[in-house]
Amino acid sequence: MTRWIRFVAAAFTGLTGLCCAAILAMVVIILGDILVHGWDRLSWEFVSAEPRVGMTEGGIFPAIFGTVVLVLLMTLAVVPLGVATAVYLHEYARQDSRLVHLVRLALQNLAGVPAIVFGLFGLGFFIQFAGEGIDKVFFGGKLAFGQPCLLWAALTLAVLTLPTVVVATEEALRAVPKSYREAAYAMGATRWQVVRRVVLPQSIGGMLTGAILAVSRGAGEVAPILFTGAAYYLPYLPKKLNDQFMELGYHIYVLTTQSPDVEATKPILYATVLVLLMVTFGLNFAAILVRSRIRRRLRQT
Amino acid sequence: MAPPRSDDLLIRPRARLVERGIELAIRSSAFIVIAALVLIFVFVGKEAVPIFTSAEVHEEVTIGSMVAPRADGAFSWQPVSMVPKYSLLPLLVGTLKVTFVALLLGLPVAVGAAIFTSEFAPQAARELVKPAVELLAGIPSVVIGFFALMVLATWLQDAFGFVYRLNAITAGIGLALAVIPIVYTVAEDALSAVPQTFRDGSLALGANRWQTAWRVVLPAAMPGVFAACVLGAGRAIGETMIVLMASGNAAMLSLDPSTSFRSFSATIAAELGEVVHGSAHYHVLFFLGAFLFVVTFLLNLLGHWYIGRLRDRLQGKSRRPARSP
Repeated sequence: MTRWIRFVAAAFTGLTGLCCAAILAMVVIILGDILVHGWDRLSWEFVSAEPRVGMTEGGIFPAIFGTVVLVLLMTLAVVPLGVATAVYLHEYARQDSRLVHLVRLALQNLAGVPAIVFGLFGLGFFIQFAGEGIDKVFFGGKLAFGQPCLLWAALTLAVLTLPTVVVATEEALRAVPKSYREAAYAMGATRWQVVRRVVLPQSIGGMLTGAILAVSRGAGEVAPILFTGAAYYLPYLPKKLNDQFMELGYHIYVLTTQSPDVEATKPILYATVLVLLMVTFGLNFAAILVRSRIRRRLRQT
Repeated sequence: MAPPRSDDLLIRPRARLVERGIELAIRSSAFIVIAALVLIFVFVGKEAVPIFTSAEVHEEVTIGSMVAPRADGAFSWQPVSMVPKYSLLPLLVGTLKVTFVALLLGLPVAVGAAIFTSEFAPQAARELVKPAVELLAGIPSVVIGFFALMVLATWLQDAFGFVYRLNAITAGIGLALAVIPIVYTVAEDALSAVPQTFRDGSLALGANRWQTAWRVVLPAAMPGVFAACVLGAGRAIGETMIVLMASGNAAMLSLDPSTSFRSFSATIAAELGEVVHGSAHYHVLFFLGAFLFVVTFLLNLLGHWYIGRLRDRLQGKSRRPARSP
């Protein structure tokens, strides 16, 4: 009997260990395959030149440029909004209030909405409602913002990444010792003075983490920008908010699924995937570093 | 903490005005979060409503014609043929098929790995697996789709001799890779939230570590593990790029997981770009989007409700009144 129990225990432990090994193996295989196949094609020319000869030669600079501009715009929108929401939840609201409960519920659910639904929302709300509204009011009905473009794609991604920023910022606010706030209040500071002079400077790291994670997430999402502004090929770089743009993830999607000659584009495709991974992982890694510093402080208090 | 309200303090009127203005701005940003969720529902739902109300749309498609078989008994999704056909059944079967494969593979692996890291693993292994899962979570879904399409599909076809290179097994494995991080993270959180005293008590009674994990820790963390599975299912149903790239996108009605298929999410992604604004087809695609929104919303609510239950349980609170003896 005891031998049987020991056998089952060993088998069970081994099986769960195997699950871990499977996850590790999959990560290594995917990243290894992309690194091995993408590395050769990677060069300075590849990241700095325009595509040529039907995307089989040249580089992917316009896609990198488009991605960078897109996520910068997104950050400008999502960080102030996300930080303000986190400040409300942690500094202003009473924790047992119904509104706080509702905001948290909304954040949890927002994080679970499928990316493609954000794409539909961007089309329905930003382009057809806000964009066409702006055209009617400011441009006399001429087409300017009532079309897929950089601005609406960035705002769609901003809504998608909002929960990320709020969660990261709130974690940082929690790490600011209560005694700091009490000391400031005791000296007669108002609530906003406490937030602005004491709490926010102490939680810069958390805001940074949130922003970086949001950028990393936003740079990799394709479904929300399918109908809100991404284009397969443009002979020029986006200059205005209502221009369309090329984007790394979208570029990978189109090259993979709609290329007439898959073998010819394969090296370029792998290198593009590698660039996208380097961007998102580089950002993720930076966020992990910043976050671990915050967590260390959280443990000390 | 409850600091004094700013208007109780002896501050200058102008400062008080600034204080009030900023509080208003911060408060309204919190409202924007709620508004965003409501607006998503309203603006996706709005474009789906004509399916129910518009006579013009009804000439082409009704709820009945999306659900019932055609006169010849067939269910087909061919929205851009001479006679557009909008049967949802092939898409529903495709979505369920790939979700089923993804969960069948993803849930055991993710929960198993979570049990291993929280109960058995030495510290070193833990510090290897957690970053690996974060890495997996950080891979954009378009990259997983790319990998499934370019590499995995070929391997699996060579190994199993599939007739269709892109099928529900290939896409399902890709989808499992997207599901594993979220299931692992939530399940691991739940397992490590079980107090150490539970384990100590069990071990002191002579149970081994496996018995402790299986009979004590896992049952205690069950609501959280269940929540992990529900949230994973929500992710799987809504995931777009992986399925769009690795499914073959053929709207065939077949329960066989080794055939090409098409999911709700991939249908929206593939067809909305070319559809005429305001056409019946356009409204049908928004209807699919609204459907996805509602399903994932309910799954999320359910998942977070279970997480709340776990928290209550581990804190010794019960939502049900104690039974009288």
